[in-house]
Amino acid sequence: MKTGLNGAATLTAVIALTGAAAQASDLVVSNWDGYMAPDAIEAFNAETGNAAELVLHATNEEIMGKLIASDGKGYDVVFVSSPFAEVLNNLGLTETLDPAKLPNLANLYPAAMELSHDPGNTFSVPYAWGTTGLCYRADMVSEAPDSWMDLLQPADDVSGKTTMLATDRWLLAAGQLAKGYSVNETDEAKMGEVRDLLIDAKGTLLAYDDTTFYAKLVSGEASLVHAWDGWCNYGIAENAEIKYTIPSEGSDLWVDTMVILKASENKDAAYDFINYILDADTHRWAAENILYKVPNQAAMDGLDPAVLEAYPNMGMAPEKMLKFEQLRDVGEAQRAYARLVSEIRAAD
Amino acid sequence: MTGQSRVTARLMLLILGVVFAFLYIPISVLFALSFNEGGLPAAWTGGSTKWFGALLQNDDIMGAALNTVIVAVFSTLMATLFGTLLAIGVEIRRRKGRFLETIIFAPMIIPDIVLAIALLSFFSMLNVTMGLHTIIFAHVVFNLAFVCSVVRARLKTFDWSIVEASTDLGAPILITLWRVVLPVLAPAVIAGALLAFTLSVDEFIIAFFTAGAGRDSITLPMQIFAMIRFGVTPEINALSTIVMCVSVVALALSQRLNRGGLPGQ
Amino acid sequence: MPRRSEQRPGHAGTKTVVNVIDRKPTYLMAPALAWLTCFMVIPCLLILALAFFRRGIYGGIEYTFTLENVALVFDPLYAGIFLKSAWIAGLAAGVAVVIGYAAAYAIASMPRRYQPMLLFFAVLPFWSNYLVRTYAWIVLLNREGLITGLARWMGYEGEMPRLLYTEGAVVVGLIYNYLPFVILACYAPLSRLNPEISEASRDLGASGWTTFRRVTLPMTVAGIATGFVFVFVLSIGNFVTPALLGGGQFQMIGNLVYDQFLKSNDWPFGAALSMFLIAIMMGLLTLQTFATERASGGRVPQT
Repeated sequence: MKTGLNGAATLTAVIALTGAAAQASDLVVSNWDGYMAPDAIEAFNAETGNAAELVLHATNEEIMGKLIASDGKGYDVVFVSSPFAEVLNNLGLTETLDPAKLPNLANLYPAAMELSHDPGNTFSVPYAWGTTGLCYRADMVSEAPDSWMDLLQPADDVSGKTTMLATDRWLLAAGQLAKGYSVNETDEAKMGEVRDLLIDAKGTLLAYDDTTFYAKLVSGEASLVHAWDGWCNYGIAENAEIKYTIPSEGSDLWVDTMVILKASENKDAAYDFINYILDADTHRWAAENILYKVPNQAAMDGLDPAVLEAYPNMGMAPEKMLKFEQLRDVGEAQRAYARLVSEIRAAD
Repeated sequence: MTGQSRVTARLMLLILGVVFAFLYIPISVLFALSFNEGGLPAAWTGGSTKWFGALLQNDDIMGAALNTVIVAVFSTLMATLFGTLLAIGVEIRRRKGRFLETIIFAPMIIPDIVLAIALLSFFSMLNVTMGLHTIIFAHVVFNLAFVCSVVRARLKTFDWSIVEASTDLGAPILITLWRVVLPVLAPAVIAGALLAFTLSVDEFIIAFFTAGAGRDSITLPMQIFAMIRFGVTPEINALSTIVMCVSVVALALSQRLNRGGLPGQ
Repeated sequence: MPRRSEQRPGHAGTKTVVNVIDRKPTYLMAPALAWLTCFMVIPCLLILALAFFRRGIYGGIEYTFTLENVALVFDPLYAGIFLKSAWIAGLAAGVAVVIGYAAAYAIASMPRRYQPMLLFFAVLPFWSNYLVRTYAWIVLLNREGLITGLARWMGYEGEMPRLLYTEGAVVVGLIYNYLPFVILACYAPLSRLNPEISEASRDLGASGWTTFRRVTLPMTVAGIATGFVFVFVLSIGNFVTPALLGGGQFQMIGNLVYDQFLKSNDWPFGAALSMFLIAIMMGLLTLQTFATERASGGRVPQT
């Protein structure tokens, strides 16, 4: 019991300390691991005199759950994908942006200011964008894939060596695009067809994988995977036989954005941060090192040609990308989507 | 146990060998991978200790590791205390209330995402500052249920007549608990504490939701979970290797210092 | 002086003790119960109450009373998912209990001074990170992994059967991750078995196996039941192992609840599912406690 008392005393001290320390930083930014320059925060702090700190989240869902349950308290700037930024806005958790405080918005492509989830960038600022397609080992497939059906109903030599993205919306999108439907389709009958197609696809699928699919390509465990273009670049970096292609039926335009929480108590610092990220050099570094396309014209114009050569999809023109639909929040239909995915996963 | 034949003794050793092999094979894999030159677990590209170096310089990971230890130690201490008392209290009672049983089992049954969101919403509603302390509070909830279960299992075969004898002899109830009941329960209490510590060290969901928003309440599972974007890096494997080696060293030291062995032996 | 009570099954000694310390249990239980009430009961009731409201269009809560979520829980899809999860969890728990009990028995039979150390080493692997261990299993089991490598090295040339991303892989992963808990739970009652009882049994002519079956086992059944419950409960809510080792191809109850809260932002339905899950589990646990009480009654208690 003595240890109990000692424990209680030390606990009180720890609480006091953590409570005190929590006030120290004046900007909390939450992002995915490795999605910004490792010294971005320090450089930002040095340049602007703020005391920002970076925390990580592994998935959109987690950070959304946390923000919704806590009413957005504690965080200042959060990186989330566009459908989730939409949801945050609909729930009233995001700050309406004042363009006057973001001069570097001028660096963005004009098209990036008119994205369908947030025309005019009133509550979110795009950070990175790209497409979703097929990533494959050219030396392991007999012919280059060019359709979503090559993934869903693979040829014999590829069967059992395919993976699909595990995140619900993209999982469904593969089926929706294969059938020629919208990635935000809400018609029940059509979605039923998509479900059946995806359930059949399970038979030849190795796994649903969001994070290690490129490692599987490198090791040869898989030869054709459903992938985001940036991730495919990581595979290309390890093995030059890996290639990325967008199927003929099309892709979706995914956009990762930055939002400022309405509950933030450091909004000026938040604006400074976003502005800093949008700076041409900072953003270019992100593109060159994280191997994702950024919607920043000033940054992309000066992109290192070596990067463009090694990673062809980095050079994709914004006009081409904008032909693809963005994933939008589907409102009421979200329940139906969740149920569909459950049915697909639960099927044998 | 005394009196067992040689065959039985050999059988026991065989069982131990097989079980420990099962337990340690993946561990040896990750141990080996922490020395892998290349970043991907797919291929062995040579031996190197560079990841250990990278690890020690990674303030984020080290900070998270420290936080995890703090959370685990405090929540284990509190949970062991509360849980043991609860177990004793429950087993003494004449009436076994159904309601009581429900509350005691609930932390184990409630899906952790529910508990996580419930606590975050609750704390948020009350405007509590979140931080390491809120993680500790949350961890105590499920830890104490597990400690209680383990101790109760032991109490089922407990001979209460020794308590009766002690009180007959005039000892106040607290002394009886401290000097008669506890020494007998000690192995169960320690087993429960080990269990609680292990649960806490590895717990992610509740920690993520009940942590504060800042850097200083990030625990290791949270950090690692966020880093799995690229699969488990050798750095993380190196960390696991270090954690286990440090634990072994700590145990060896404590054995040295505590030659008397466990209480009650 | 309080009378010694008669030797009635399961009650020897307790009745008279309770006479003496009848009020004390409340004080002992108070801190834990207060903690649970404050940090579990109240927050969870608040969330579970949401089951009776509607999900707002964008995922918030619309405070109109409805039973639609509760009705939705009975959909065959979810019943099927629950049964599958229960099957996998039950299988994992069953195997884990056999292995864990054997290990705990073996540890308890070692010289006393080694026991804490053995327990420690049994638990030590689980102080590495859960994800790290699971990824280690992936390295072992995947098609290009170590087990395949071993087979090839031993000369096996054919196509390896799929080890990873199967139900079996998920079960193995669950057993592996929860084994130490079973060992600890079973060790508790095994650690203080009076060896004289087993000796007496053998002196009276019973074989080692009979002694085990009819003397040791009944006296330690509480540990087995506790261990089984631990693994079952932890497995059924687990969503990481099915996602990683099962390749996301199985929908388990754990993922389902997680998905409702985080992916669909459908807290009301998530709350409804959880309510039923908790109710069913509670029912199972009550059964288990009942069975344990029955099984452990009639024994001679010992210190």
